[in-house]
Amino acid sequence: MAEYLIKNGFVFDPVTGVKGDKKDVAIRDGKIVDSVSSSAKVYDAAGKTVMAGAVEVHAHVAGPKVNEGRNYRPEDKLFGTRVRDSKDTRMTGGFSIPTTFKTGYSYAKMGYTVVMEAAMPPLYARHVHEEMRDTPIIDQGAFPVFGNNWFVLEYLKNNEVENTAAYIAWLLRASKGYAVKVVNPGGTEAWAWGLNCLSVNDPVPYFDITPAQIVKGLIEANEYLGLPHSIHIHANNLGNPGNFQTTLDTFKLAEGYKTNNKFGREQTMHHTHVQFHSYGGDNWGNFESKADAIMDYVNANPNLTIDTGNVTLDETTTMTADGPFEHHLTELNHLKWANVDVELETAAGIVPYVYSPDIKVCAIQWAIGLELALLAKDPMRCFITTDHPNAGPFTRYPRIMKWLMSKESRDERLNTFKHADKVISSTLLAGLDREITFYELAQMTRAGPAKALGLAGTYGGLAPGMDADVVVYDINPEGPFTGEDIERAFTDASLVFKTGTLVVENGRVINNGNKRTLWVDAKVNENAQVMRDVEEKFLKYYSVSLKNYEVQGHHYIPNPYAIEVDATSEV
Amino acid sequence: METVTLTIKKTPTLMLEAEAISPDGLAGKSLDQIKALPVHMGREQFTIGEYFDVTGATSATAGETKVVVKGDLSRVKYLGTKMSAGELVIEGNADMYVGAWMSGGKLTAKGSVDGFAGTGMKGGELLIEGNAGNYLGSAYRGDWRGMQAGLIRVKGNVGSDTGYFMNGGEIIIEGNADVHVGTHAEGGKIVIKGNAKSRVGGQMVEGTIILFGTVDVMMPGFKYIGDEEIEVDGQKTVMSAYIGDLGERHRKRKGESVYGKLYLAKAAPADAGASRDARLARAREAKKARFVPVEGTTSA
Ligand SMILES: [Zn+2]
Repeated sequence: MAEYLIKNGFVFDPVTGVKGDKKDVAIRDGKIVDSVSSSAKVYDAAGKTVMAGAVEVHAHVAGPKVNEGRNYRPEDKLFGTRVRDSKDTRMTGGFSIPTTFKTGYSYAKMGYTVVMEAAMPPLYARHVHEEMRDTPIIDQGAFPVFGNNWFVLEYLKNNEVENTAAYIAWLLRASKGYAVKVVNPGGTEAWAWGLNCLSVNDPVPYFDITPAQIVKGLIEANEYLGLPHSIHIHANNLGNPGNFQTTLDTFKLAEGYKTNNKFGREQTMHHTHVQFHSYGGDNWGNFESKADAIMDYVNANPNLTIDTGNVTLDETTTMTADGPFEHHLTELNHLKWANVDVELETAAGIVPYVYSPDIKVCAIQWAIGLELALLAKDPMRCFITTDHPNAGPFTRYPRIMKWLMSKESRDERLNTFKHADKVISSTLLAGLDREITFYELAQMTRAGPAKALGLAGTYGGLAPGMDADVVVYDINPEGPFTGEDIERAFTDASLVFKTGTLVVENGRVINNGNKRTLWVDAKVNENAQVMRDVEEKFLKYYSVSLKNYEVQGHHYIPNPYAIEVDATSEV
Repeated sequence: METVTLTIKKTPTLMLEAEAISPDGLAGKSLDQIKALPVHMGREQFTIGEYFDVTGATSATAGETKVVVKGDLSRVKYLGTKMSAGELVIEGNADMYVGAWMSGGKLTAKGSVDGFAGTGMKGGELLIEGNAGNYLGSAYRGDWRGMQAGLIRVKGNVGSDTGYFMNGGEIIIEGNADVHVGTHAEGGKIVIKGNAKSRVGGQMVEGTIILFGTVDVMMPGFKYIGDEEIEVDGQKTVMSAYIGDLGERHRKRKGESVYGKLYLAKAAPADAGASRDARLARAREAKKARFVPVEGTTSA
């Protein structure tokens, strides 16, 4: 019986409502418990901050496009290679596209214990799972992409929600996926025709369906199945001046739907990396923040959750299933471009990008990401991300926390931009005095994302019975502390327990933990039509056979954590 | 200015990575501290003292420190990497990455150097008295930021891919150049006093290449625009001016498209069709001359 007691820390836990009280946290056999015996190993956390393990809702950390990024950017790992922390760990390397080992270790050091891979091309699900398997410590799930999938487009064109749901259930099982991801609905399929969909009403060539129909149909199918997570969407028109209107149009597609799930999830739509979707103006000259219009809508509509997609002002590697956007980007910055079409399912592009503080647009993007979080009235519905690596590497989270928690730190950054005057006049940030508190931070990085993912019973909190993912940070929340103290403390945690195993001590990884792969096993009534369609498409179109497609067995998922959903009673 | 001298005392079995050996790495350190600095070979770490005798003294700052490295350094990489000031003299042949990412100071290699010398160079002066290998003054693998500023002068010949993704600064080659010169260049100037082979200025967007000798095969994407007088090392010459690479995108400045410029000696076109035998003979000569032994070293 392994017992630990973390004594006297300042505890922040939205699940139990503890707001910085001095409390003890007890762990027995991988779970949080009320109390432990006198033989428990005791850790003194006096003067330090204690939170549950953090939950990453959206990052690109495994799979073919991440690996192609590594492959075609040897310069990304030129100077960052580090020797291993301890004898059981490996050397690490890479900055915006780190090695799998660095991914696991760096998240763990920051106190993150669950990380969702945000875009899994089903055809390459095996690759995604192999990389996640090789990423130590953190529990992971992956979101297969559905928004440009031929089955989905064909079923939804005819309003066949039940068939869409049966196909989703089948594909989640075949790819061992976790949630329904939608990237540039219809637009990525249009890209295969050299086109795009820039509004929710642009028809998709050949399929003659609109992004609005795709999104609404997927919400209906998602709630029909009662999946733990809602649909997780990257809307049309990403990255373009004036796109906030498309974003609002997309939000509105979720109006009128009720959630249906047993996991305590309240939203019917999660919109990701909203920073990239909150732009005003109609060209790069009059480009400006529309974070206020976006957050007014989000604040008034509890059926929505969002993540920020904060620009960190680094050199990074953009990668997305939004193929037409990456082509647009390489035309803008003239840096190298990788592009792939994934048969019947999706596409992807990759372009390096330098977010320079000397470029006005980059500085405005930086401000917008912070504004979204600072304007959020309900921190349980707004989560911090960088859409890693698109707006910056996830290893910069502590720096974003510094900017959110210290007005002095963000003003110092804002006022020293090369085009500070123009940036200030095009954004709202200078007028925002709010400093995110430690409790709100725990909502935005722990309890909030865990709830939105339908994992509130397991992760993101310190209630007895939950998984013992517990983090101690070397910072006294009662102060005094500087912005730099925040960044330092949240970069290298003092202690990190993952499911009751001490994996990080004083900022060093000491144990590879007990990594699990999360996936959703959704049961539906037998659906002969969908199974016939699957067989036919594999015979007619796919370049692989069904047997070489499905993700099965110990090789891909040595330690599965299946979440079961039963949608058979619906009929 | 103080001088510290490092003399290699045994040949490394693999390649020794010694980025500590630069004025920046050694300034302000005692001889014992220098001997304790790390060098790497494969996955193992060693000390400078295990491979070098160290004599002399350093000053407090890199700018006031001169470092002299002696002996057969042909299995030592990264000499003078990232140096920002002061002086470094390499008295034998050296391996790859000499003066890579250097931003200031003066580095003199009295022998030949292998590939990637002056990679991503940002300033300072790199003088190579022997030959240089491939990728002189280029970008690191995958990177689009080659040499940014500073001066590289090579007394001998250079290998292939000189000035790959060059953005600024100047490379002067007194001998011949192998294939691919200024590929993807977006700035800077490359002078070749000897001959070039082929693919000179391929995919060049901006920048200047001046070739006094012959070129075996011209790129098809360059267009003759007339004769112009240019100046190199104080000598004025009238040369044939070409713009290109016309197959690439070109940015506009004040409404005018900006092109890469290639200057050829006026007699060059006649030589362009030199016989195959002559070309092969030249190639053999260049290969033989790639590594010239340096007096006073054991590398011959
Ligand atoms: Zn993303």
